[in-house]
Amino acid sequence: MIRDITIGQYYPSESVLHDLDPRVKLISTFFFIISLFVFNTFYGYIVVTLFLYTIIRLSKVPFKFIFKGLRGIMVLLLFTAIFNLFLTPGEEIFKLGFLKITKEGIYTASFMAIRLSYLVLGSSIMTFVTTPNQLTDGLEEIMKPLNKIKLPVHEIALMMSIALRFIPILLEETDKIMKAQMARGADFESGNVLKRAKSLIPILVPLFISAFRRANDLAMAMEARCYHGGEGRTKMKPLMYKRNDYMAFSAFSLYITAVIGIKIIEKAL
Amino acid sequence: MDIINVDDITYEYIRRDDDGNVDSIEMALNKIKFNVRKGEFLCILGANGSGKSTLAKHINAILYPSEGTVWVDGMDTKIDKNLLNIRQTAGMVFQNPDNQIIGTIVEEDVGFGPENIGIPTDEIWTRVEESLNTVGMLDYRKHSPNKLSGGQKQRVAIAGIMAMKPKCIVLDEPTAMLDPNGRKDVLRTLKELNKREGVTIILITHHMDEAIDAEHIIVMEKGNIVMNGKPKDIFSRPEEIKKYRLDLPQVTELAYELQQEGIDMPNGILTIDDFIEELSKVV
Repeated sequence: MIRDITIGQYYPSESVLHDLDPRVKLISTFFFIISLFVFNTFYGYIVVTLFLYTIIRLSKVPFKFIFKGLRGIMVLLLFTAIFNLFLTPGEEIFKLGFLKITKEGIYTASFMAIRLSYLVLGSSIMTFVTTPNQLTDGLEEIMKPLNKIKLPVHEIALMMSIALRFIPILLEETDKIMKAQMARGADFESGNVLKRAKSLIPILVPLFISAFRRANDLAMAMEARCYHGGEGRTKMKPLMYKRNDYMAFSAFSLYITAVIGIKIIEKAL
Repeated sequence: MDIINVDDITYEYIRRDDDGNVDSIEMALNKIKFNVRKGEFLCILGANGSGKSTLAKHINAILYPSEGTVWVDGMDTKIDKNLLNIRQTAGMVFQNPDNQIIGTIVEEDVGFGPENIGIPTDEIWTRVEESLNTVGMLDYRKHSPNKLSGGQKQRVAIAGIMAMKPKCIVLDEPTAMLDPNGRKDVLRTLKELNKREGVTIILITHHMDEAIDAEHIIVMEKGNIVMNGKPKDIFSRPEEIKKYRLDLPQVTELAYELQQEGIDMPNGILTIDDFIEELSKVV
């Protein structure tokens, strides 16, 4: 189950998008998500869909892999869609007992579903084409002004990248501990919610102990490699905007202009 | 000038009870004294709890001696000002390969050390390439460390240290968690580093087979150095070795057992070739 979630994963490949500056990708994704909520008509979404399609093609990440990410939010998606479908008041189309489907319900349900899945698709594509390290580098660079108000930006970024590196290791470890406890007769599958939650304790305790031990080891290894905070540190991959980044920024501005333009036209009509 | 000079150091682990009173004092290191020449391949042997890991951490200034001084390339490890220089001079590789890789991509991890000591970007790249090449992992530079085998991870860790251009590398049981193949690869890499780049290697291990090719061996027991000499001399004293809860290398063990059975075999046979030669003399 946990392994099905592809959000946050990196998909190694060589594409234009992979080479872009992470700041470009972060800022664009942010505004893309905002742009999703601008529309409530069908035509606007054609632009968004076209844009998303182009991005997916440019990223060279296979469609199958991308849509696998939607599986994780399927339940949430169905839930919101169904609720919207039946509970929106308005012009009645179909009635079955106390359930009724309205025209407005269909609209909101489909827009909600589209928005949610586009939101997940958009942000997962960003993580597919950006290594976690680049992502944190980008965040660090964007948040740098916050250094002035004494926010330890470098430390936060490093913590994030270490957390990302240890996710697969700890997942594997959880799996191992689970199997070890099952071999000792632990039962994780029967009983009510409370009992199941309780049965997680024999997994969590060893997991935490091991995580702390790893953290201790890692801190020592980092110190041994001369880590002493962000001061006087150079970068192996410093972030610099290149020609492609400026082009990406302009292309994205074009998209945003189109989105706003269409919205204005819609309003006028 | 010796690269490492351990001068009569003592280190105590102090255990305290809940009120902060001293519960017991355990001597982890007891008046240890030795030095390491530049370019030497030193092996430190010892059973669990003999203090060999504690000793290793002293060379990298992770721990400071309670008494005595550790000199790394002429620098006192107790002086804070020397800290970064010492860690640059004497790099350290740890046992668990997973817990010492920081980067999410092999090359980014190797670059971590140089980044910390403020090397300019261009040079970081050349250093990363060079050191990955030396350990034979250049083809994997874009890979995720999670997908590598234990031996490969450990070689990446060694490359990460090499990128800081140390004069000396201390390895604390680097092969303990590896399979035989990974162990072979790591050991070959170390020997090459020692021969070709002239890097001083201090290898802590309890695999005797890894100690055969060392220039010098130190055996530790309960915080003391109990044996100190060339591999041939050390392994010529099988009873003593066994007393310290250590094994003999396979060939040496076989020769020793034959000797016990009354066959005239000399002590201190380390290689299969020597063994065959000696055996053919007897038969």
